[in-house]
Amino acid sequence: MDFDDTREEAAFRAEVRQWLGAHAEPKRGAFETWQSRYPGREGWDGLERAQAFQRSKAEAGFAALHWPAEWGGRALPPIYQVIYSQEESRFLVPRGYFEIGLGMCMPTLFAYASEDQKRRYAPAALRGDEVWCQLFSEPGAGSDLAGLRTRAVRDGEDWVINGQKIWTSGAHWADWAILVARSDPKTAKHKGLSFFFLSMKSPGIETRRIKQISGASHFNEVYFTDARIPDGQRLGAVGAGWGVAITTLMNERLTSGDLRGPDFEEIFGLARATQLEDGPAIANAAVRERLADLYVKTQGVRLTRFRTMTALSRGETPGPENSIGKLVNAPKAQEIASFAMDLLDMGGVIMDKDVAPLRAAFQDSLLSTPGGRIAAGTDEILRNIIAERVLGLPQDVRVDRDLPFDQLPS
Amino acid sequence: MNFDFSADQKSLREQARKFLGEHASSTRVRRILEGAAPYDVDLWKGMGEMGWMGTAIPETHGGAGFGYLELCVIAEELGRSLAPTPFASTIYLAAEALQIAGTAAQKKRWLPRIAQGEAIGCLALSEGPRVTTPATLATRADGARLTGAKVPVMDGDVADFAIVLAAREDRRADLYLVDLGGPGVTRKSLATVDPTRSHARIALDGAAAEPLGAAGQGWPLVERLLDRAAVLVAFEQIGGAQAALDMAREYALGRFAFGRQIASFQAIKHKLADMYVGIELARSNAYYGAWALSKDAPELGVAAAAARVAASEAYYQAAKENIQVHGGMGFTWEFDCHLHYRRAKLTGLMLGSARRWKDLLVTRLEAGAA
Repeated sequence: MDFDDTREEAAFRAEVRQWLGAHAEPKRGAFETWQSRYPGREGWDGLERAQAFQRSKAEAGFAALHWPAEWGGRALPPIYQVIYSQEESRFLVPRGYFEIGLGMCMPTLFAYASEDQKRRYAPAALRGDEVWCQLFSEPGAGSDLAGLRTRAVRDGEDWVINGQKIWTSGAHWADWAILVARSDPKTAKHKGLSFFFLSMKSPGIETRRIKQISGASHFNEVYFTDARIPDGQRLGAVGAGWGVAITTLMNERLTSGDLRGPDFEEIFGLARATQLEDGPAIANAAVRERLADLYVKTQGVRLTRFRTMTALSRGETPGPENSIGKLVNAPKAQEIASFAMDLLDMGGVIMDKDVAPLRAAFQDSLLSTPGGRIAAGTDEILRNIIAERVLGLPQDVRVDRDLPFDQLPS
Repeated sequence: MNFDFSADQKSLREQARKFLGEHASSTRVRRILEGAAPYDVDLWKGMGEMGWMGTAIPETHGGAGFGYLELCVIAEELGRSLAPTPFASTIYLAAEALQIAGTAAQKKRWLPRIAQGEAIGCLALSEGPRVTTPATLATRADGARLTGAKVPVMDGDVADFAIVLAAREDRRADLYLVDLGGPGVTRKSLATVDPTRSHARIALDGAAAEPLGAAGQGWPLVERLLDRAAVLVAFEQIGGAQAALDMAREYALGRFAFGRQIASFQAIKHKLADMYVGIELARSNAYYGAWALSKDAPELGVAAAAARVAASEAYYQAAKENIQVHGGMGFTWEFDCHLHYRRAKLTGLMLGSARRWKDLLVTRLEAGAA
């Protein structure tokens, strides 16, 4: 056992470090993000700078390490992506612009699109010239995605789309999108779906920002009113859209479970710096017990990731243990925020950045962490996934599986 | 990154699992649970023939000289099978105490016999139903004679020698090595929550003892010893926790209620998923402890405490919820659920409670951050 890179990995890490040192800026604070440095008009300033960074990243060959060389990748094993991400996390780099396009949309195109289409779209996505989004969730179809209702009706050589999508990250700046819609409501719900890609500039598409409880807007609603998609932009057979959507979701990057906000280090620092009624918080037995619990979880997730990396480094398939990261980290982040505020007592409510510790990072986190427990698989869905895929337990009884979709109660 | 056991270590694990599946079956464990024998002598002999006692004992002292990673692998399988033997007392505690503090003569006298499976050792620390610290220590050392009572002492009824913590007149604590066959030693078996492991009350009345380790260093040595044992016991706990999860899974798949497998109810699925998460967090923390132990790294203090806390809680959670998944059957003597429930509580306390280790963990984190 050791934590060392192999010789090849170490050489790659050095190459990444050197490139990032020359092309990326260091973070000014632990929680600084690309969007907080370059807010601009609804993130547009940030987007343009992000595209410039992405272009140089693609030219240096770091933008899609595991892609085949013909699409601009290096065909490297996944461990190299982990190493790149580790090094990149020390720098202020764009987040949230290209991950969906490169991590989910392009792999789906690689599996289902024509050669001409791959040549047309993959290089532009890789260089950041075109940004993609994913139109899956709906107001009535979240965890149960196959219950979606957006209609796709065939009309000559086109499909006509009507309905509403929600929780679409980046829809307001995306050029292209992948979409799953219901092409046949008379058949069972998983069998009546078809999968497309379309230009977000098409007529009949309206994007509205969603304001979250934190006041920030990371997501959109997207409305379709007679939007048209050429049949040539259908991916997979008519009615086989669920299988294509599964391909997309399988390519969803291993949710790293990385916290963007305060973690153990910050709550530990706060406990050492804060006085309670009976002395320093760090000396209080109840506080110490909770700190120990949080440390064990934090280390547990971090070390579990090392186990996953080890499997990748050995060229093996990682074990199922990598599925626990987000399920542990998301509720933990919420607990850290709330626990920190408790330590500050009545003053814990203060969100004034000049008064609250860490410029109100804990208070910000209280309002952003509920989303972490819902996005990319709720805590409950993640437990189902562990139960079914890791422990091999049966699926819940599904009363809607074989009924025609239009006869389901709603 | 190479944060996993090697192929050889994994094949040792398979070998151990196979051996224990045969020789430490539930029937064999129940013979100790229900009978008068303090431990399974045949199993102990078999383990000796497999060479397990000498895993981390150097070849110069008659061991196999493998190392601690190999010992961790064996510990996990012992925990899974609930093997009723004095392995933990003898290997993780007594042999380790000799290795970190013994003189050349003390090592030469005991380690080869331990490695051959011919000597059983134990650690005599606790003095009753309360926390034992240097400040509360009532066992007294008068020169080379000890007087006091140690209770409970795991395997104290069957051990050949004990590592005893006692206070000198100036109240400094020291470790002593006591031959339990000598005069002035009275041993009485003691009932505990887990009858598959035997315990004793050891009364010392001027019993002959030789100092172990430098004078006045008793408590730091105990802490160091407990750190090392915490990693090894964590692997036993993880093995036990995994066995409890496996039992719960099997039962939930085979039991039908309301017209379906109870394993299809989310209340059960989520319970099992939580058991799995607890076990994997503990496993990763224990791996880190194993790494630190095998390298004698300065991180051992923090890593051992985190492994101890995580594994104690994961095992107890898995054992407790395993009974719940089994419903009424889980509450019967006949089903094995209670064996893990008992062992989880025993292993969770045998090196000190998780409450105490959490406090220790934060103390060490503070020292590291200072």
